[in-house]
Amino acid sequence: MRRRWTRASAAALGAVLAASGCGGGGGGNQVEVFSWWTGGGEEAGLNALIDRFEQDNPGTEFVNAAVAGGSGTNAQAVLEGRLQSQDPPDSFQGHAGAELLDYIEAGYLQPLDDLYDEQGLREALPEQLVEQISHDGSVYSVPVNIHRSNVMWFNPSVLEEAGVEEPPRTLDELIGALDAVEEKTDAIPMAVGAQWTVDHLLESVLLGSLGPEGYNALWEPGADWDTPEVAAALADFEAVMEHTQEESAAEDWQEAAQRVAEGEAAFNIMGDWAAGYFDELGKTAGEDYDWAPSPGTEGTYMWLSDSFTLPVGAPNEEAARTWLELVGSKGGQDAFNPLKGSIPARSDADPQAYADSPYLSAALEEWQSGPELAGSFWHGVTVDNRWKNDIDTAVGLYLQDGDLDGLQAALHQAAQAE
Amino acid sequence: MSAAGGAAPAAPSPAPRRRARRGAGRAASWLPGLLLVSPSIVLIAVFVYGMIGWNTALALSDKHAPIEEGSFAGLENLAALWQEARWPAAVANAAVFTVFFVGGALLLGWLLGLLLEKGIAGEPVLRTLFLAPMAVSFIATGVVWRWLMNPAPAERATGLNALFVHLNLDFLVNDWWTAPDLGMAAMALPAVWQLSGYIMALFLAGFRGVPEELREAARVDGCSEWQVYRHVVMPQLRPVTLTAVIILGHMSLKVFDLIIAVAGKQIAADVPAVYMWTMVFEVRDPAKGAAIATYLLLAVAVFVVPYLVWTVRKERSEGR
Repeated sequence: MRRRWTRASAAALGAVLAASGCGGGGGGNQVEVFSWWTGGGEEAGLNALIDRFEQDNPGTEFVNAAVAGGSGTNAQAVLEGRLQSQDPPDSFQGHAGAELLDYIEAGYLQPLDDLYDEQGLREALPEQLVEQISHDGSVYSVPVNIHRSNVMWFNPSVLEEAGVEEPPRTLDELIGALDAVEEKTDAIPMAVGAQWTVDHLLESVLLGSLGPEGYNALWEPGADWDTPEVAAALADFEAVMEHTQEESAAEDWQEAAQRVAEGEAAFNIMGDWAAGYFDELGKTAGEDYDWAPSPGTEGTYMWLSDSFTLPVGAPNEEAARTWLELVGSKGGQDAFNPLKGSIPARSDADPQAYADSPYLSAALEEWQSGPELAGSFWHGVTVDNRWKNDIDTAVGLYLQDGDLDGLQAALHQAAQAE
Repeated sequence: MSAAGGAAPAAPSPAPRRRARRGAGRAASWLPGLLLVSPSIVLIAVFVYGMIGWNTALALSDKHAPIEEGSFAGLENLAALWQEARWPAAVANAAVFTVFFVGGALLLGWLLGLLLEKGIAGEPVLRTLFLAPMAVSFIATGVVWRWLMNPAPAERATGLNALFVHLNLDFLVNDWWTAPDLGMAAMALPAVWQLSGYIMALFLAGFRGVPEELREAARVDGCSEWQVYRHVVMPQLRPVTLTAVIILGHMSLKVFDLIIAVAGKQIAADVPAVYMWTMVFEVRDPAKGAAIATYLLLAVAVFVVPYLVWTVRKERSEGR
């Protein structure tokens, strides 16, 4: 997701082989934490947490079992092997929500309700968030951060050139603005990248067209996608897709986002990790790029979250709980998130820690104002891996054949398969 | 390339024979040889044939999640694949890729081999140059060609399209691998680039293996240079051509790394191996992944088994 997919294959085989060989030692005073944070801000954030953990628990050795590559897919392959051979780490990273469902149903994870009660996490985290990450009334992971999926990035000068005065607030306005950009400028109206970024665009359009309630209802197993409302949302999706660049399949999210910051494109809908990327490129918020909630989704935070779990049979359960307490604490989250470029899941974070980044300050303010919440399907909040893959395949086939009715039928079928 | 080679059992050395005469038992004549090859027999039995068996059992089961026990489901998984939209498209992509990759590499390799055989100046240098891409991994090739084959239109062109624009050859600007129907033909370009040098080496060795006397004789009989190649040299190159087709064909059917490097996991460039990876490592559906793997094995077997049969027969007829 935040990393190139192309690296996936190279490391995959090695990763699987490594899984068979490397066994977590277990025993003694240590805690082994498994993640896929191995570079950039993610690694810096993790290191800040590790430093804190080691300061607070001088007798416990921290074992950082991070596996690189493929935005977590390599790590998940290694993890699967370890869980199956009953050699779990003490805690592992996973996207909060349905992506953990496979593990929960397999009985790999311990419920963390007691930890939530002890640490007051039910009060500290937004109520709707706890509700959306619960499975049969129990929680199984501690979310450390929140990313936002429904962000529309745009280039102010291109919009000005096209005569679009305000960033569009509804899908109709967006489609009008895309037409204007197409007509009056040389810029690409809507930049997208490889197939997965189209999935990402689709979830924002669905939310913008159906509203949070209609969107959230789509993810109940057996939900009805064969409705005129979904058809209308998909028609909007198609209208937006008509304004994307033809070489998109050969680009990833970075190229698409960069096009906006460079003035080669007017709009791009991408998660808020793009803000960190714009910083890296040395772009100025408000000048080179600006942002708004993706059209029709104002007041709704489409979230995704990294979280940590407690596997059944963790060799050092006590230390793992101490780790989870740190991950869920205000201090821990405020140490991690400014470096990672995300906002804390807790609603009581200290805004001062985020003052350096215009985007993060604005995002935190909105998060703390209690927005409506919707889970991102592409990033594993609302659907398990099988459903997610079915949608991805349907979107990919649509990109090939342009059959919108076929897309709706395939999406409906994917929901029935659950 | 494949594990087919296997170590030939060592001929019994004189030493054990002497011991056998001293009455150590007849076993001594074959035992050392067996001991020598048994590790590889055991390893191949477990890690090749054992794993193939395990995979087949999985493909015939309904174990659709790692935690399920799974029971026998017959050919259900193998049949179900053809009911969906993705699998036939992936197979079609692999077929187009194979046709253009095998055809392209064969043709180019043959042509380069022919040129070198005709004694082009600077042959050693050229030979090395043509062979050099072999040393590059598909991943690295893919990363470079991903950029070269950027499908951006003329006004934003990069890579080869930019070169075409620069040379005022705008009509050549194209969508490369993102083209709807024959996109996979463009995907075969990097593979052709990488392997044609190797095929050239095979053909060059083949050409050099044809005795000069045969050609002389043909020329004396009044053959034109073209006819010499058509009727004298080429028929003798059939084994080389067959070897080249097998090597290219089985690589082509299994192609994974090149696709991932150029296109990533997108339906536009979906092939069975990428589909299998997604099923096993992302969706975590062992039965479906194994079903795809079974089809891959069968497809490769179609290439390799006739070759093995042919080789064995040939070796027998030559009395080896």
